[in-house]
Amino acid sequence: MLRAPGGLSLRLDVRAVTVVVLLLLAALAASVVLIGTGDFPIPAGDVVRTLLGDGNAGQEFIVNELRLPRVLVGLLVGASLGLGGALFQAVTRNPLGSPDVLGLGQGATAGALVMIVLFSGSAAQVTVGALVGGLATGLAIYLLAWKRGVHGYRLVLVGIGVSAIVTAVNGYLLTVSDIVDAARALVWMTGSLNGRDWEQVWPLLGVCAVLVPLVLAGGRGLRMMEMGDDVANALGVRVERVRALLMVAAVLLVATATAAAGPVGFVSLTAPQLARRLTRSPGPNLLPSLCMGAALLVTADWASQRAFGADQLPVGVVTGVLGGVYLLWLLVAERRAGRI
Amino acid sequence: MLVDSPPEQRAETAPAPPTRRAVRALGLLIAVLVLVLVALASIAIGAKGLSLGQVWHGLFQDTGTYGDVVVDERLSRTVLGLLAGAALGLSGAVLQALTRNPLADPGLLGINAGASAAVVTAITFLGVTSPSGYVWFAFLGAAAVGALVWFLGGSRGATPVRLALAGTAISAALYGYLQAVMITDQAALGKMRFWTVGSLSSATDSTITQVLPFFVAGTLLALGLARPLNAVAMGDDTARALGADLNRTRALSMLAATVLCGAATAACGPIAFVGLMVPHAVRSFTGPDLRWILPYATILSPVLLLGADVVGRVVARPAELQVGIITALVGGPVFIFLVRRRRTAQL
Repeated sequence: MLRAPGGLSLRLDVRAVTVVVLLLLAALAASVVLIGTGDFPIPAGDVVRTLLGDGNAGQEFIVNELRLPRVLVGLLVGASLGLGGALFQAVTRNPLGSPDVLGLGQGATAGALVMIVLFSGSAAQVTVGALVGGLATGLAIYLLAWKRGVHGYRLVLVGIGVSAIVTAVNGYLLTVSDIVDAARALVWMTGSLNGRDWEQVWPLLGVCAVLVPLVLAGGRGLRMMEMGDDVANALGVRVERVRALLMVAAVLLVATATAAAGPVGFVSLTAPQLARRLTRSPGPNLLPSLCMGAALLVTADWASQRAFGADQLPVGVVTGVLGGVYLLWLLVAERRAGRI
Repeated sequence: MLVDSPPEQRAETAPAPPTRRAVRALGLLIAVLVLVLVALASIAIGAKGLSLGQVWHGLFQDTGTYGDVVVDERLSRTVLGLLAGAALGLSGAVLQALTRNPLADPGLLGINAGASAAVVTAITFLGVTSPSGYVWFAFLGAAAVGALVWFLGGSRGATPVRLALAGTAISAALYGYLQAVMITDQAALGKMRFWTVGSLSSATDSTITQVLPFFVAGTLLALGLARPLNAVAMGDDTARALGADLNRTRALSMLAATVLCGAATAACGPIAFVGLMVPHAVRSFTGPDLRWILPYATILSPVLLLGADVVGRVVARPAELQVGIITALVGGPVFIFLVRRRRTAQL
């Protein structure tokens, strides 16, 4: 607890702050290593020197033009997914209430597939299609779950239903496409950072710059809402309004991230859970989840490049398998602890 | 109340249960009739329409005319639809009773993911190319994942939540593997994108004979579980007090559901929502008694599956929409409607 002379006080959770700092350091370290990884390896020292504007011309081109935007997209997408996932899990009060399960990723995929399969669209058009698909799905889920307020479980279940419908549409689009388009669609659907450049960085950065401070400011209300709607109401939180605002922010974050890199699986599901275990704090853990998402995605991308060679397998494969293994581990651990 | 009531009043209320039973039995008969009609429609309707006379000719006086050949083709498809539909509905009903969760679906236990992963392995690494070759792999995959979910879910101490979580986790890991293989092997992608939507169009006599024993064994096992599952539905403690063997019932239910759903998935690919929707619809007019739910689900699920297949053939003539797509497009909205109607939905 910090106290200023004027009676102003600020609660400071030392453990949470430490976790945030450590995760940020981990994300930065992973980024430097990732920039140095590829067909033309660059030592970490040279990477840092080049980033600070002190490298030779060849390294400068590779680092600043080719690899830095990719890593930045990875960091921003991971951060958006981590934060969006934390928001969804807090609003639905359910660890399974992540955007993956609710079908936002599927909705964005449908938008992208329409562009790829029906219009053979350019990369930019695919991005716009994915954005529209993700936002429309988010809106549809919210409206369908609305019944004098939005109940957490109902939101999850309606999301599962919408997700199944959209999955069927996606399956249909894959069967009517020719094999080249299908292969392109599959890579997009898995979630990949290959070939991302500055064009993808700016919109992501803009959305994050606006929404992240907004969401973090709204985090107080969310903490009250974890105790139940009635308690939060009694404590002076306008529950439905806060929930609607945070949902819109979460959908925007996830849709923008998905439009940039495809629906990278399980980051939004696992990042908040991992962050919660590290901070040991029951709250929504917004900032730790954000940092965890960024660190996770960049590390997974590095792991995929190291294990399978440069640009062989998209990062979504690694996050998907890791996510599944993590869930299994969680299951065994919780069982041993006798919690489920 | 009953103890206090005078004898004549008891005499008045006593006949009520037999009447209800008669209504339910009559309903079952009507359901069978509807099933026959849908099956005939499934033979008659398609890219080439046939009259009922031609259908009759093809079924019972086969002389090899063009119409007769069409009937032959559609017959194996219809038979597979009947078997797979019944299997999906039954396994859904058993799983919903077992997990005490009205929203449980065979896909929840990772059975679809297991079958998909096994089929993609067979295509890519073992060079299997024909759909009748996939069947065994799909079935083995489904069975292996079923057993794994049972083991990870706590085997003898399995609870509904643990089983569902284990299914979700294994599905996630397997879908990651599936995507990795499809990205690196375009030939596998070319086959899998058709297999994963679920379709009856690959039906051949050999496919049917391969999976038929499993359908029969699973159906008999599931129908025999109605009584013990009724006890399980009352909660673990009550069931134990009533003398039910919970572990045996759970193990046998998992076995029946896995065999049925595994066989259906092996033959048609993963088909969503039949196993979820039909037991739900049935429960609304039979009540919670599984001795009625299971037979109704067995008969009405093929009605839905064959109906969806017919619709899929008609809407996109002369091409066709796979039945798995139609069931999800119909089932998704129904699912959302059910979720909205319930006061507090449980997961």
